[in-house]
Parts: sequence; structure tokens; C-alpha cells
Amino acid sequence: MTTIDPAAAVRPGTPVAPPKHLVELTVDGETVRVAEGTTVLQACRSAGHDDIPTLCYGDTLTPKNACRVCMVEVEGSRTLVPSCSRTVDAGMVVRTDTERVRHSRRMVLEFLGSSTDLSVAANVGRWNEEYGVDTERYGSERATKAQPVVRDNELYVRDYEKCILCYKCVDACGSQWQNTFAIAVAGRGFDARIAAEYDAELPDSACVYCGNCIAVCPTGALMFTTEHDMRAAGNWDESRQTQTDTICPYCGVGCQLTLHVQDASIVKVTSPSDHSVTHGNLCIKGRFGFQHVQNRD
Amino acid sequence: MVGLATVFGAGGGTSSYAEIEEADVVVLWGSNARNAHPIFFQHVLKAVRRGARLYVVDPRRSETAQWADLWLGNHVGTDIALSHTIAREIIHAGLANTDFIGRATTGFDEYLATVEEWTLERGEAVTGVPADAIRELAHAYATADRAQLCWTLGITEHHNGVDNVLALINLALLCGHVGRHGAGLNPLRGQNNVQGGGDMGAIPNRLAGFQDILDPDVRERFGSAWGVTIQDRYGWHLTQMFEAMERGDLRAVYVIGENPAQSEADKEHTVELLRGLDHLVVQDIFLTRTAELADVVLPGSASWCESEGTVTNSERRVQRTRKALDPPDGARDDIQIILDVCRRLGHDWQYGDTPRDVAEAVWDEVRSLSPMHAGMSYARLEELNGIQWPCPHDDRLEPSYLHGRLWADDPAERGRLAPFSPVVDDPPVEGLSEAFPLRLTTGRRLDSYNTGVQSGGFSNPLRHGESIDVSPEDAARLGVVDDEWVRVTSPRGALTAPVRIDPVLRPGLVFMTFHFPEQVDTNVLTIDATDPKSGTAEFKAAAVRIEKLDV
Amino acid sequence: MDLKLSSHTPTDAEVDAIESVLGPTRSSWHGGDRTDAEQHGDHHVARGGHDLRTQRHRLLPVLHAVNDRVGWISRGAINHIAARLDVAPADIHGVATFYGLFSVTERPTRQVHVCIDLACRIAGADVPDGAHPSPCLGLCERAPAVFVTDAGERPSQGVLAPATPVQVRDLVAGGRLPDEPAPQAATPQVHHDRSSLVLLRRVGVGDPTSIHAYRSHDGYLALRRAIEMGPEAVVREVVESNIMGRGGAAFPAGRKWHTVAHHPVRPHYLVCNADESEPGTFKDRAILEGDPFSLIEAMTIAAFATGCEQGYVYLRGEYPRAKQTLRRAIEVATEHGLLGDDVMGAGFSFHLDVFIGAGAYICGEETAIFNSIEGFRGEPRNKPPFPVDAGLFGKPTLINNVETLANVLPIVLHGGEAFAATGTSGSTGTKLFCVSGSVTTPGVYELPFGATLRQVIDTAGGVADGHRLRAVLLGGAAGSFATPDDLDVPLTFEDLRAAGLTLGSGVVMVLDEHVDLVEFVHRIAAFFRDESCGQCVPCRVGTVRQEEVLQRLEHRGPAFDDDRQLLADIGRVLRDSSICGFGHSAHGAIESAIAKLGVFS
Ligand SMILES: Cc1cc2nc3c(=O)[nH]c(=O)nc-3n(C[C@H](O)[C@H](O)[C@H](O)COP(=O)(O)O)c2cc1C
Ligand code: SF4
Ligand code: SF4
Ligand code: SF4
Ligand code: FES
Repeated sequence: MTTIDPAAAVRPGTPVAPPKHLVELTVDGETVRVAEGTTVLQACRSAGHDDIPTLCYGDTLTPKNACRVCMVEVEGSRTLVPSCSRTVDAGMVVRTDTERVRHSRRMVLEFLGSSTDLSVAANVGRWNEEYGVDTERYGSERATKAQPVVRDNELYVRDYEKCILCYKCVDACGSQWQNTFAIAVAGRGFDARIAAEYDAELPDSACVYCGNCIAVCPTGALMFTTEHDMRAAGNWDESRQTQTDTICPYCGVGCQLTLHVQDASIVKVTSPSDHSVTHGNLCIKGRFGFQHVQNRD
Repeated sequence: MVGLATVFGAGGGTSSYAEIEEADVVVLWGSNARNAHPIFFQHVLKAVRRGARLYVVDPRRSETAQWADLWLGNHVGTDIALSHTIAREIIHAGLANTDFIGRATTGFDEYLATVEEWTLERGEAVTGVPADAIRELAHAYATADRAQLCWTLGITEHHNGVDNVLALINLALLCGHVGRHGAGLNPLRGQNNVQGGGDMGAIPNRLAGFQDILDPDVRERFGSAWGVTIQDRYGWHLTQMFEAMERGDLRAVYVIGENPAQSEADKEHTVELLRGLDHLVVQDIFLTRTAELADVVLPGSASWCESEGTVTNSERRVQRTRKALDPPDGARDDIQIILDVCRRLGHDWQYGDTPRDVAEAVWDEVRSLSPMHAGMSYARLEELNGIQWPCPHDDRLEPSYLHGRLWADDPAERGRLAPFSPVVDDPPVEGLSEAFPLRLTTGRRLDSYNTGVQSGGFSNPLRHGESIDVSPEDAARLGVVDDEWVRVTSPRGALTAPVRIDPVLRPGLVFMTFHFPEQVDTNVLTIDATDPKSGTAEFKAAAVRIEKLDV
Repeated sequence: MDLKLSSHTPTDAEVDAIESVLGPTRSSWHGGDRTDAEQHGDHHVARGGHDLRTQRHRLLPVLHAVNDRVGWISRGAINHIAARLDVAPADIHGVATFYGLFSVTERPTRQVHVCIDLACRIAGADVPDGAHPSPCLGLCERAPAVFVTDAGERPSQGVLAPATPVQVRDLVAGGRLPDEPAPQAATPQVHHDRSSLVLLRRVGVGDPTSIHAYRSHDGYLALRRAIEMGPEAVVREVVESNIMGRGGAAFPAGRKWHTVAHHPVRPHYLVCNADESEPGTFKDRAILEGDPFSLIEAMTIAAFATGCEQGYVYLRGEYPRAKQTLRRAIEVATEHGLLGDDVMGAGFSFHLDVFIGAGAYICGEETAIFNSIEGFRGEPRNKPPFPVDAGLFGKPTLINNVETLANVLPIVLHGGEAFAATGTSGSTGTKLFCVSGSVTTPGVYELPFGATLRQVIDTAGGVADGHRLRAVLLGGAAGSFATPDDLDVPLTFEDLRAAGLTLGSGVVMVLDEHVDLVEFVHRIAAFFRDESCGQCVPCRVGTVRQEEVLQRLEHRGPAFDDDRQLLADIGRVLRDSSICGFGHSAHGAIESAIAKLGVFS
């Protein structure tokens, strides 16, 4: 038996992260200092600008910067800059609310609003007012993404008229979390869409019903069947709902669940995106396996 | 749990999930984590996406194995043989961490002698895994900067399950892959609070916090807190209880949240024993098969959403469960039921008024008695999204990995050294024969859970019911097709089940789950050989034959 | 990974096609036959994971192979590809449906793609039933053009231009495709005075795939010289030449070379952008078909100078002859030790592969190329990071256009300073102009930077007889319109910029008084709508809205100020907020048509 260099083998202790340098930049005239590698969005938020709209950004996902609603002006840049993905540089001069920025946001919201159904997308109504959105000016002949709701399983529905093609579900189902790759963007341009292979129905796809796509969808295009049906019946009422954090009753991984309860029944299950066990993700049992407490007579 | 507790003194996985993301090599042994522990597997996949190499040891090329850089499909029940072969290769290649062995372990020489006969050739002959694949795993594991070794029921559900675990722990000791950030040993718990149950003393030999019942100081502390005298001997684990029932020594049983009438191997015999008791009390949220046999049924509440408390997960994280719903009429909070039982037995313990107050008061009592939980107030658990044990202090957190002490220079700080375990290879109790030529192994599917009482409740697009999964080759040989019902016979019994042809199986290996006992009662087939050390049954290896039904 | 495959199985022909790229299928765990499983040891061991997944860049070639063999890509074929490459079927389907030349539904083996883009449109293109309308095929000098593919055991592809309506109908009916005339047709200039030519000097001289012919015309002198000079000196000369990229963005090539050469991260990759899909552009084709060794030699020098061991030429799928010629030339160069592990015996290694596009204009965008090669949808990436820092496979990458690279030979042979003596200080060297439309002799013309628009048109024989110049589209669909007033503007990057015009890739499309400008502009809008990758909202929806507003303006008339305002609003967000150059330029030509040609007023 030969020996190996013991020094190489001994590595006790938690590694120390290299110290982060601070970078100074200006946001709307105000000096801000943040750690190197921070995104412009985070820097703006840390400076109190929490009004920058975002749609395709997700705190557990690598920014895809596809929706372009979070654009800001950066001095020296020919175009506007997606704040969700651009990292700060020293001396950067950022403006978050210029006429140019407002114009861009208005147009993006008009483009989305004139082609998709944003009625249940969080915050969009407020932004529409803020930026003076007018979808009527695109005329009545305009192309839209109107299409029937897909109900091919009992757990969740897909209403792609609401889909803004933010790629979040694809990234969550794919390499960033679930690694199941049941869905992808298919087609190109305005015809691009979220689909399983050959537009197969979910039961014929690789879908494992973890619902991690639902968790990241910003527009309600993907929705628990319970929520969808309650909304359709006019019964969905968030003001009557409670949210309780607890732990999944199934396996020993111990995922934290947030139970959304309305009228003494669980209507939806999520998990906090900042939890180190789940990062907002669950499996089919944690996400949908709650019926057994509601079927007890 | 028993294996880790034996070697390290604490029965818990040594790393956190987040550390697994930082490993360079991950070995999943007898674990179909992709299906059985999906969110844990997401952490493994983070590591894989970062470039970590994944090795999977499993007789089936399971969904987990399909992610592996290298899958080693050993014969069922040859895990010790494989582990020893790996160990010998590591030692002979000069890759053992002699520094760590010298500083932190005992019993190396005896271990060395045990594994010496396990040459690659012998390992290949016994396990079926080609020598070069074994060598590759050995070298990858030994040379990794940070390696993780994780296992599940594929390792423990054998008649020698504890020895299997000890054999894996040996590998970590051999390479120093324990007690460091990112390197560790991690058993994945099948059920949501197996870890917590053990931590709280719901095992025959320990009180809360893994404190030995035989230690008089421990007994004294607990006894004075509860106003009782605690017996100075170990209790029985499940198998011993059934043995005691058999002998007639155990006459009354109080079952909480378990369903042995359905989940035990050789279930017909189990039912007989339960029927023969003088008194059986069952406390559960369902009227289970076991409850149907009971003299008294106490309807409990669903602990995860109808009552308050804590559970502990596989990374030793203690987390709060909270009440979101009222239990149905007649059902009550489990703590209240137990307190009422205690009161009738003469102990009028008062913990508070609301369910939350009661749960917190009970927890504070745990904290006062179990040092490793002392720093975990409800407030802190809530603020930090749970805390991993040990947490003795309420103003700081310990490292997320266990046993860092083993690396200490100061022998006093190092404490009790970790012993190698010279366990011996011991093939499955039931060998294959002409009459029973197929190896039946069992496991879980993604969408279902144990005996299916919980997971059966929701409309589930993945569920296709119980089946006997066979390889395409065996199906062809038997002349059976998908969904065809066949008779499956073991030396203990027979059942009928529909066939599912599954290409992840090699010829000779067949697979079933326990999820659908109403439909197909798999336990009729499995054997009740159990591990004397842990009481776990050999669910993973029975011999069966399959026959076409006459039409 | 744990693939979940449907029950569809591939046909023998599909398996053959897939194996022609990936080699025989062995492991039964990855699509192989289970009857051999025992023999391969599959019962107890399987290899997969990272090693399998590093093969993803072979996805596009495999899809091509299947499409070429059976004419479309079936579910069974995708299942087999999935098993071989460890990529999920939905993912593969997403990639396959990105490209215009692939189909995921069954169709006849003969496919006829009729160009309906700018030059061919002017020349009266017509799409009969059974043919596909196609964006620009890069055959504008011979408009109208068609591109024909025949799938089968011996697949073939070819072009016909000009194509009469009768010929097109005959092709759709399965008729034989006539042989394409010799490549020199694209470069009329080379038949007259060669003395002034630099980039085209060898085109039309001898067999383009003959290494001997190439060598006898100074071939491989530059590489020899470069090896003598050493990498640092080569980069210095390129920097000193001040050459601007010829792909359209006019970025100083020396800057990229310098950054990649000094980048600490390894390996480095070299990519030649030969996607040439900008409507009206066909200059790179002239080099690819007429002088492929010059590109290979130039890339070898670039690789030597910047430390790349692997290079790719990303060639558009609609250039069948260029594909053949280039592939043949690479084979020959490899046989002669001019590519491979030890180039010219000088001790450095350089391997070069041709990657074939599949009908997506956006794949000419430099970062879209990377995604396309890597086997993903050809969607552009957000920048930064720039290719020189994180390009192909996330590594430092030098990407240049074919014409840019071709200029490396004169730069190395004569020195950067001598090179910079031609042209102007801001636009050095000569430029290939793609002259099409209403001129006497359309084709690729090489002139020094600084020649005026008038001179370029005159070199092409002037405006076709009997016609009057109405406008010139400069730079293609992503360019802008010049008017007769602009004829004396020198064609340099800086002069054109000052005049509010763009040179782009060198498109000079001459429009006479018969061209319906409204309709022409509409086609430009339709082109952008069709070719948007769809990734970002401003472009995905904006290009559709832009076309809709144009349509309204066409019908309602120009009086509607609100629509003109809307059009301007759309243009502004396209330019401000799109991810890539496609969206940024999607409104330019339209804006210029309104401002300079008075369309809609
Ligand atoms: C939509 C779009 C299409 C493009 N197509 C091409 C092309 O076909 N060929 C090309 O060389 N450059 C093309 N480019 C420019 C490339 O992005 C890139 O600037 C060029 O390859 C760099 O090489 P160069 O510096 O040698 O010009 C395109 C750019 C965009 C935005
Ligand atoms: S379905 Fe939802 S998450 Fe997916 S792309 Fe559409 S909007 Fe985004
Ligand atoms: S959500 Fe899934 S992985 Fe998480 S604890 Fe529940 S069963 Fe386990
Ligand atoms: S600008 Fe257009 S082509 Fe470019 S990324 Fe956006 S959608 Fe795609
Ligand atoms: S949120 Fe930044 S681009 Fe969508």
C-alpha cells in the first residue's frame, strides 16, 4: 500500500467564499454601492427602485431576458439594457424612468396585451395604467394568440392564450431544475409556442406533473385545475385565502409546502422560492398529493 | 440509521443537500432517487450540471441510473461484495487516504484482511459488474476532491441491511470522504419523518437526541422531567415485537400511523399475529387494514396540515409543520390523544391551550433534554426555514456537515474514532432455483407512496396500477404481453398481476411495488427474513416464477 | 437522462441516416438492439451522462441526415436520435421546428423552394401550387431563383436560376433539374480586367478544388509567411490593416483577433460565418464556390494566430454547390497536410468542419450560430458576454465573415500597412458589392472602398437599358434606400453613415421606375415577420404589428397620422429593446423608404 500526499487529502472546514468587491454606480442620479456581479435590477431595487416591471425574470432561474419589459437606460449603450440580466460595471450610469424607457415599456406591454390575455397576470393591470397602454390602436384585425384551453389531465390546465413565451416553464422543466424536458419552445417567430414533441398531450409526453412550470409561470397560462375552475365559476377569492407553510407528508426529503386554503379546502400548493431544500420546486406528491386530507369522510 | 450511529455515534446523513451540489463525484447506491426522492435528486442534478460525475449502483437501470456517467448493475444482494472489491482496488492502487485512516479510524488492519480476497476478478464474478467498471468507480471515488455516497432502501431492505450500510461507510472512511464540506454519507429517508422519529427516541434503544437508555444520567434527566422511572433496558424493534407476539410475550400493542397489516413482508402471518393480541389500539388518519383489526381506533389528525409540530428530513433539518385545516369531525390532534391517554394512566401533563402552544411547549421540553436540539426555538426554526441538527446553541449554527471533529489535530477534540466494520458478504437468503428462477426486487414509483393510502387520493395521470415488471426478454420467453395477467409464485405464496414490459430490467430480474395492496398484494411474495440489527425486512430479494394464466 | 419515449420506432432508412452521422448504434441502452445486449455487457453496465451529452452538437447534422434521407423527420426518428444523444424528444422537436428546411410532417421527397424575396420578386417570381415560397436564396444575380431538394438514398440538392414559371411547374411535378452553369457566372467582372482584383483574383481561374491550381496562383504563401512571422505578428498586421468586418456590422476585425489571441480561457474556437442570408447578398458564395482554398488558408492563419484548434464554417443550407466545393477542398487540404494535427509540418493543429444551416436567416447572427452549432434552437444570445469572451461552447471564439477572412491573405502577404493603403482610412481594402436588380450585368463586383455608388452601378453595366433609376437598396433588408441624389456618395462605412445610409453586407439592389415601392417595402416587413426567431417580445410581436400597420396604411391611405405614429413607435422599440441586430434593424429600411422615398405620403 502506497501513501498519497496527505496534505492534498485534508480539506476540513467550509470553504471561504472569495471576498466580493464593491462596485459603485449611479441610479437615477443617486450613488449606489453593490457587490460585483450584482444585476442592474438588484442594484436598482437595493436603491429603492422596486417599481421596475419584470415578467420573464424569476428569482430561481437564470435570466432569459426575453420579455424586455425591465429595460433601463445605461449611459454609453446604443440600445436600452435589460436590467434583469445585465451585471453592474463600475461607474455605470443607469436611468430607470426616462421617456425612452417608458416608451419601451409601454410598447412591450401593448405588444403583449394586444396579442395575449394578461387578465390574471400579476401587476400587469397596474403597469398598463402607469405606462398608458392602449391596445386598441392595433386594430381589430390584429393577430393574437387566442386558442382553446388545453385540458388533457386533471391536475393542471394550459391556457396558451395567456402565454407570453417567457421561457420560464421550459427552463424550470429543463436543465435548470426538473431536467425532465417535457416541453420546449417549438416553431419560430410569432408562431413559436410551448409544446411537447409533436404537440402531444401531456399524458403522452414526458411530463411528471411536478408542477414546477406552474410555479414559475407569470401569467397564469399554467394553472392548477382547482384554481382554473374556481376562477371560471367566479369563486376564486384571494382575500378569503390563507397561506400556511408546512412540510410535505410524503418522502424524507422534507420539502416545505405553502398550502393555499380557501373555504376550508386546499386550492393550490406552492413552495417558497427562497427555501434551500426546494427552491420553489416540488414533485407530484407534494404539489398535488393533498387530496387525501380532503377526501376523508 | 443504525449503521451510521454505530460508526459515528449519530444516526444522520452527514451532509446537507446544498453541499451535494458542490460535490465532484456522487455515488447513488441502491437508490432510485429520481423517483423516490425527486427534490433531493434536483440537488444531485445541480452537481451534474456543474460537471460532477454520477455513479449509480442498482440492479435495475432505473431512472436514476439513466442519468449516470456509469451505471453498475450488480446482482441483487451483492452490495458488500462490490463495496469490498472497490475498497481493495482503492487500497492496491495506493489511493487510500492513509492520513485520515491513521488519524480518525480504528480497525483498519482487520478490514484490510477482510477485503483482501476481493480482487476485481472475484468481484466481477460475484456481482456481475465488469472489472473495469468497478475499477473506474473505485478510482473516481477515491480521487475525487469531494465525493458523496448516498443510499436508500436498495441497501437497507435486505436481511443484512445494516452490514450493507457499514460496508459503504467503510469506503468513506477509506478515502476520508466524511466530515468535510461537500463530502459525505447520506441515507435518504423513505418517509417524511423517519429521521425525526429516530431523533425523538422512537427507537428501542435511545431517548431524544440519540441518548442511550442504558446511560443512567440520561435516564435520570428524562425521568425527573417526566416524573417517571425509565426502564434500564432496550425495547424491541418491529421484528422483535412480532417475534414477541409469536412467543406470546407481547399481548397489547398501540400502533400510531403505521399499517403493518399491509406493509410487512409475509403479511398473512402478520395479520394472524395481530388478530391474536389481547388488545390492539390503532391511531391513524385512515381506517387502515390494521385499524380494521383493532379493538380501539383513535382517529388522529394529519400531522402535516391539521396539527402543529416539527419533522426532520434526510439532511437533519428540523422544520415546522403547521395547521392549515381543521381535522374532520371526531378526529383529534395526536398530541391531545396521547395526553388524554397519559392522563388516564395517571399523568396529568399540562402543556398549553392552543394546539400551537402545546406543540411548542412539548418542543421546548425536547430542547431542554436533548442538547443537539437545544438551540432550535420555534422562532428560530421559523426564521431560518428550519435548522439542521446538531444545534446546541441559540446564537449560532454549526457547520452543515457532521463529524468535522474527525479531522481535528487535537485527539481530545477528535473524540471517539470511527471504526471500520469488517462485514462479510452474505448473499440473499433466498437463492434462485429451477422452481423459482427469477429475482424479484421491489421499489417505489415517482407518483405513489408506500401502501398508497395517501397518494391514492388524487387523480393522477402517471398512475398505472400495480404490475409485475419484466424484461422484454423474459416477456418473450414466457410469451406474455403488456397488461396480460400472470401468476407470480414465491415459496411463500402466489398472486396474479398484470405484466408491464420494462426495458430497464435485464433478463432474470423482475420488479414490483407495494403501492396498490388492494389490487395486488406484493407482500404475499416477499420474505420475512429480517436484519437482526435493524429489524428491516428483506424486501429487495425474493425468488419467484411467473406463469401464464390458463385462458 | 431518464428519457420517456413514445412507442414510435424509426424505420431502417432513418436509423441508417442517423448512423451515417453518429456511427453504428451499440449499447442497447442508447437505441441499440437488445439481442446483442449481453454480448456488449449491457446487462451490468451502461455508460452515459456527460460523455453522451457532449455529442449534442451533432444534433443538427443528424436532423439533416434524416431530412435528406426521407424528406421529413418523424416521431420514430426523433425517438432514436433522443436515445443516441440523450436529448429529450420535446427538445429535439423544438430544434427541428425552428428551421425552415425541416418538416415534422410527412411530405414528398421532392421539395421546390421558390425565392419570393426582393430581387426575385422584381424579376417576377411566382410560386405554383406544391412549391414553397422562400426568402432570398442568394442567387440574386440570376433572379428569379429556385432551390430544389430530393430526399432519398442518394439525396441531391441544386438550384435553377433564372427559372421560368414553366420550369418551376415542371420541377414541382418531379422533372429533372438542369445542371447549374459554371460558378463564374456570378462574377462577370473576372472576365474583363483581373489586374485590379484582390479577393476575386483566383475566381474563374482553374478548378476551384484543385490544390495545384491554387498553389500555382500563390496559394498557401500567406500561411507559410504567417508561420514565419509567428502568431503575435500576424495579429499585429491584422490590427494595423484596420480591416472592418464584412458581415454587416463593420466591427474592426483586429480587435477581435487580439482579444481572442490573448484570452486565458481555453480552448478557443474559430467560426466562419458563411450563412449569407441577408436578402440581396451573394458575395460569399462567389468565394466559396470559386476559391474555397483561400478561405481555408485564411482560417488556418486565423486559427494559428488566435490559438484555435477547431474551426467551423457555418454555411447556409441553400448553397448546395458551395457545400460540395468547400467540403471537397477541406478533404484535399487535409490530405495534403494543410489541415489536421500538424499543419504544414509546423507543429500546430487545426481541424475544420462545415456546419450546414437549415433555413433560418437569424442563424447568421453570430451568437445564433453558436446555439445552432451546439444543437439548440438558433436563437441569438444576449450580449454581453461577447463571442470573444464566451462564444461557441461558452469559450472565447473568433467569428468572422467569409469575405473578412479572405482579406487576411493579402494582409499577411503584403502587410497591414500596405493593405490599409487601399480604400479610405476608415474603410480599408477592397469590397465585394452584390449588384442586382435593374442593371445590365448583375453580379459580384470588387472595387476599392471609396468608389461611388455611380461607379459601382456603371461597373455592372449601368441601369438596365430603357429604365430609369428610382432607388437603390443598400445593405439588404436590414439596410436603407438611396435615391438618385446619393449616386456620388463614396461607398465607405463612414460616408454612408454620414449620409444616413448603410453599406451592410454590400448589397446594391437597383430599383427602376417599374418597381412597386409600397409592395417592395411590404415584402421587407414580411421578411422580418417570417424570420424573427420569436425570442424577444419587441421583435416577435413588433415585426407582426409593423407588417399589419403597413397593410393598413396600404389600404387606408397615408392620411392616417395615428398609424404613422404607431409605425414610428414600433420602430423605436424594435431598435431600443430587441435582443439582437435582427430586431434592431427590422424597421430601418421601412423608415428610410418613408423618409427618403416618400412611400405612404
Ligand atoms: C440577423 C442577422 C443576420 C446576420 N447574418 C449574417 C450573415 O449571414 N453573414 C455574416 O457574415 N454576418 C451576418 N451577420 C453579422 C454577424 O452577426 C457578425 O457581425 C459577423 O459574422 C461578424 O463577422 P465580421 O466581423 O467578419 O463581419 C448577421 C447579423 C444579424 C443581426
Ligand atoms: S406557459 Fe407561462 S411560463 Fe411558460 S412560456 Fe408561457 S407564460 Fe412563460
Ligand atoms: S415534494 Fe416530493 S420530494 Fe419533496 S418531500 Fe414531498 S414527496 Fe418528497
Ligand atoms: S430581435 Fe428578433 S431575432 Fe433577435 S432575438 Fe429578438 S426575436 Fe430573435
Ligand atoms: S424581466 Fe428582464 S427581460 Fe424580462
